[in-house]
Amino acid sequence: MTALVETRSDISRGPWATAFRRLRHDKVAMAALIFFCLILVSCLSAPLYAKWAGVNPFTSTLDATIMLDGKQTAVMEQSTEGLGLGYNPIGPTWQLGNYFLGADNQGRDVMARLLYGGWTSIIIASGATILTLLFATVLGLAAGFFGGVTDMILSRILDILWAFPVYLLAISLSIVMIAHGIDIGPFTIESGSLWLPVFIIGVIYIPYVARPIRGQVLSLRESEFVLAAISLGVPSHRILFRDILPNVTTTLIVFVPLMMALNMLTESALSFLSIGVQPPDASWGTIIQDGQGLLYSRPWVALAPGIAIVITVLALNVLGDGLRDALDPRSKIKLGRG
Amino acid sequence: MKKYLLTGAALAAFTFSAVAPASAEYMKEHRGGTMRILAHAAAGTVDPHINYTLQYWQIYQSLYDGLIAFQKAGGPEGFTKVPDIAEEFPKPTNDGKTYVFKIRKGIKFSNGQELGVKDVVASFQRIFKVSSPTAGGFYSVIVGADKCIKDPKTCTLEGGVVGDEAASTVTINLTRPDAEIFDKLALPHAAILPADSPTTDVGSVPLPGTGAYMMSAYDPNKGMTLTRNPNFKVWSEAAQPDGYPDVVQYDFGPTEEAQVTAVQNGEADWMFDEAPADRLAEMGTKNKDQVHVTPLTAWWYLPMNNKLAPFDNIKARQAVNFAIDRKALVNLFGGPVLASPVCQVLPPGFPGHVDYCPYTKDPGAKWSAPDMEKAKKLVEESGTKGQKVTIIVEDKTVAKSIGVYLQSVLNELGYVAELKPISPDIQFTYIQNTKNNVQISVTQWYQDYPAASDFLNILFGSGSYTPGSDSSINISGYTNKDLDEKMQKALALGVTDQEAANKIWAEVDKTVTDDSAAAAMFTPKHLDFTSKRLGNFQFNYQFYWMVTQSWVQ
Repeated sequence: MTALVETRSDISRGPWATAFRRLRHDKVAMAALIFFCLILVSCLSAPLYAKWAGVNPFTSTLDATIMLDGKQTAVMEQSTEGLGLGYNPIGPTWQLGNYFLGADNQGRDVMARLLYGGWTSIIIASGATILTLLFATVLGLAAGFFGGVTDMILSRILDILWAFPVYLLAISLSIVMIAHGIDIGPFTIESGSLWLPVFIIGVIYIPYVARPIRGQVLSLRESEFVLAAISLGVPSHRILFRDILPNVTTTLIVFVPLMMALNMLTESALSFLSIGVQPPDASWGTIIQDGQGLLYSRPWVALAPGIAIVITVLALNVLGDGLRDALDPRSKIKLGRG
Repeated sequence: MKKYLLTGAALAAFTFSAVAPASAEYMKEHRGGTMRILAHAAAGTVDPHINYTLQYWQIYQSLYDGLIAFQKAGGPEGFTKVPDIAEEFPKPTNDGKTYVFKIRKGIKFSNGQELGVKDVVASFQRIFKVSSPTAGGFYSVIVGADKCIKDPKTCTLEGGVVGDEAASTVTINLTRPDAEIFDKLALPHAAILPADSPTTDVGSVPLPGTGAYMMSAYDPNKGMTLTRNPNFKVWSEAAQPDGYPDVVQYDFGPTEEAQVTAVQNGEADWMFDEAPADRLAEMGTKNKDQVHVTPLTAWWYLPMNNKLAPFDNIKARQAVNFAIDRKALVNLFGGPVLASPVCQVLPPGFPGHVDYCPYTKDPGAKWSAPDMEKAKKLVEESGTKGQKVTIIVEDKTVAKSIGVYLQSVLNELGYVAELKPISPDIQFTYIQNTKNNVQISVTQWYQDYPAASDFLNILFGSGSYTPGSDSSINISGYTNKDLDEKMQKALALGVTDQEAANKIWAEVDKTVTDDSAAAAMFTPKHLDFTSKRLGNFQFNYQFYWMVTQSWVQ
């Protein structure tokens, strides 16, 4: 069992520096962070990879050929054995820039699509996380601080939203919106837009974050420093933003990687069901769906994005745990050499 | 002998006809046993007057009979019509508008009731009373049908279907000559049922029939069981032969992958669903003796909305026809063994078909390669470049692959293409309804019966275009008055001179193709996958594999 050892210099650094120092000393969390950054950089390099490989991962290339072992090889192969049934994409060549993971059923480079898909998945997960945290913070602060009727109305709305099974709600919203998009006054999202899954996923998880935020604000509102500010006549908005918000920020930060992981899984599930990212755009979910029909003969088309999801989600969850430990003053992380 | 019969459909058919012993000997040797067949899901109601699916029409062949039947024979012989409950083909009188059918005696339903004139008359009324999906299409030509369509509950078909108990005849009067009336009478929707059958959809309660088998159990969540009809006696080998297995157990539930594995392991004798694309190569090598590939009279095509931009412009439609690589589309379907590229509506070998392909690199009889340059030029000329196009496809592997490919082609042509895969349960009705403003879609049409009108008149006749309806099978919204007249002329001529009528149908096919009412992709072939023990596989061109004509022991 390790004991918390805080030196005088740690205390003088302030809470953020201390938290960062704690995080730095959490080797598992740091490994997860580095891993996630590597995935991020790899996905960011998708256009460069596609250019280098000379492929367009969004266009059908059924008649494409590649050089393999000094021979020109078709990317889509017609079976020549037996009755000549079947027309399968080429399998992994394990040569970077040359259909490393093979092709999908449209003759597209799976590796290039995997990188583009990762970028799309991360963008959607990040966008949805920002949306969730933004709305959840506003609702949680308002409900917890103002209480009374405001709290009753907002809490019941959140309760109703949370009463729906999350995936069922996401699927229902997607099916309705996928055909026509969203058009609410000046706020318009077209049906094929990536913002649509961002919006849907962002909305369904608002109660997941807003409810604990509200609980924390309720407790903070009764704390001595807030009561003192109220009794001194400090305006509500000032108390909210200067006294309460900074105290829930750590919770919000801990939520970031966890929500990212959750959103990434939800996006993949929706895309797998054809109600998330729309073709020809790629996401890890759509690539798994493409690979579903090739599971028997070309398993890597589905396995590669599946593994990518597992690794990324694992990295984010471990990072989330590390952040929670680092930001929690009661956590038992050994700092320094002592 | 049995070994020969297991080595491929074509060879089997040839061997069977050339050296086979009499079917009585086969019957003695192979009669009995339980055949187990599989499908992923049930196909809805078992009411033969309502169900409109290949899955159950195939099963109905050994359960029900009509006045006329398609011959129970393998290959194109299956298109031949033979008298069934009628003793013989009646000669048309009254300028081709009246047919008098003599009803056979001694035929019994599976519930023991003897079939009589009243059952025939009641069955025709029931087609309208249960609002059969083809009542307004196929059978609207019967006198009194218009009244029955308006008020199904009180339908009597007065003057249209008249029974004479004493003479044991049923007279059918038509409002106009119809060369395809016998085809229509041979479909399951015109099956003869007991007169006291409910006049509402029976859902999952099987109705008695006169066939060699009866449906003794049906649960849409589990499966159906066919057992021998204890009251059946063969009256016509061609129309309703006896079957080999004692029991056919049709189970619902397994996925396509699981079905393939079950047939490979001998746990099932046949699978209804299409084999998954990634199993084809394996099936074609390891299990090649169990695979039967047969050409179909069917059509995969891209309906383009002739009344909505950009495809209200003929040049835009022609551009799509020139741009699509039909070889690539064939490959997406499973390769040249399973499909052949086409440019026209009527499938090869169909009445009225004359090879024609204007949308290829070297226009002529057959498609050779896409002409992207010409296609791009046509798009420029049409002034539709840059327009947004949405493609609606079924959310199924092959259809979606075709959609993704088509999206690439349209983008290359200069359009901004978007793909919307929607549930296969609703896609076909969705693309028919003009309210949904569908610009282009991926769909297919499988013949009801072997007549050119079943493709051309149904898919491109003005009569099939009903704006705002889910049943507007003229999905392209192509309307051409001159062509409608030509089709009516061909239909009328067919009563007396089918050859001459087919020549007119060939002209109609050419016009529809030239007008690019839709973009033809390919004609598919059918793949049946059977167990090692299953013998005497015979593929009937009209209703596909004849289930009970195969044996399992």
